[in-house]
Amino acid sequence: MTRMLPHPLLTLTLAILWLLLVNTVSAGHVALGLLLGWLIPFATASLWPQSVCIRNVPMLLRYLAVVMYDIVVGSFRVARLILGRPSRLRPAFIVVPLDLTSDLAISLLANTISLTPGTVSALLSEDRRSLTVHSLDTEDAAAAVAEIKHRYEAPLKAIFESC
Amino acid sequence: MPEILLSILILVGAAFTFVGSLGLVRFRDFYTRLHGPTKATTLGVGCLLAASSIYFSFDGDLSLHEILVALFLFMTAPVSAHLLAKAALHLKLRSLAPAPEEDGDTPSR
Repeated sequence: MTRMLPHPLLTLTLAILWLLLVNTVSAGHVALGLLLGWLIPFATASLWPQSVCIRNVPMLLRYLAVVMYDIVVGSFRVARLILGRPSRLRPAFIVVPLDLTSDLAISLLANTISLTPGTVSALLSEDRRSLTVHSLDTEDAAAAVAEIKHRYEAPLKAIFESC
Repeated sequence: MPEILLSILILVGAAFTFVGSLGLVRFRDFYTRLHGPTKATTLGVGCLLAASSIYFSFDGDLSLHEILVALFLFMTAPVSAHLLAKAALHLKLRSLAPAPEEDGDTPSR
């Protein structure tokens, strides 16, 4: 089973991607998408050393909803900062110590931090134990770190590292 | 009715994209400037894509490939922002915030 179908999730994702690309849902395209999704992972196997597992689907959906919400709220905050007085900004580099160990979870965390307005992930330390984040306007660096850890890192750890 | 919704989405999207670009002019150092175009723009483009999807879905078939545009944008924009910030840290560009301590042989400013 695992040798014939190395990455079931990737297969499904590629099939959905294909349907979105052709922008139609017909039996022929579903079959073609599944075929591509089955064949492409063999060609890219070396890029995915371990297969991805998602343990907690409801939590993943909740996480996505939280990120969407933060993007919307954060966009308004950044817009207000841009239109306000830029000299009043308190930019800061904050260092977030990481509990995550898998590459996928770390890159997702860095991506999430950069997507949510007000913070950009800037530097992953060489030993992968901490992530330096540039924040646009920080009142309390410790609180910002705690929020990132609580809001994004904890769910990611539960979703991707429980297997 | 859809016209009103579409107009609102397009106007909101355009406003956020504009404000994001305005950040480039108003902010004072490289790192803060990075926030404008990568962020406020996310919501701006999201609104424009939602408008596109709704318009073409009303026009005929369901149109969802805008989701792909958003997905690829959400995956690539943070990566480029991260690399820009990393390069800037490496070059030790002037920063309003105190630069972080670097591990390794390069002393921090």
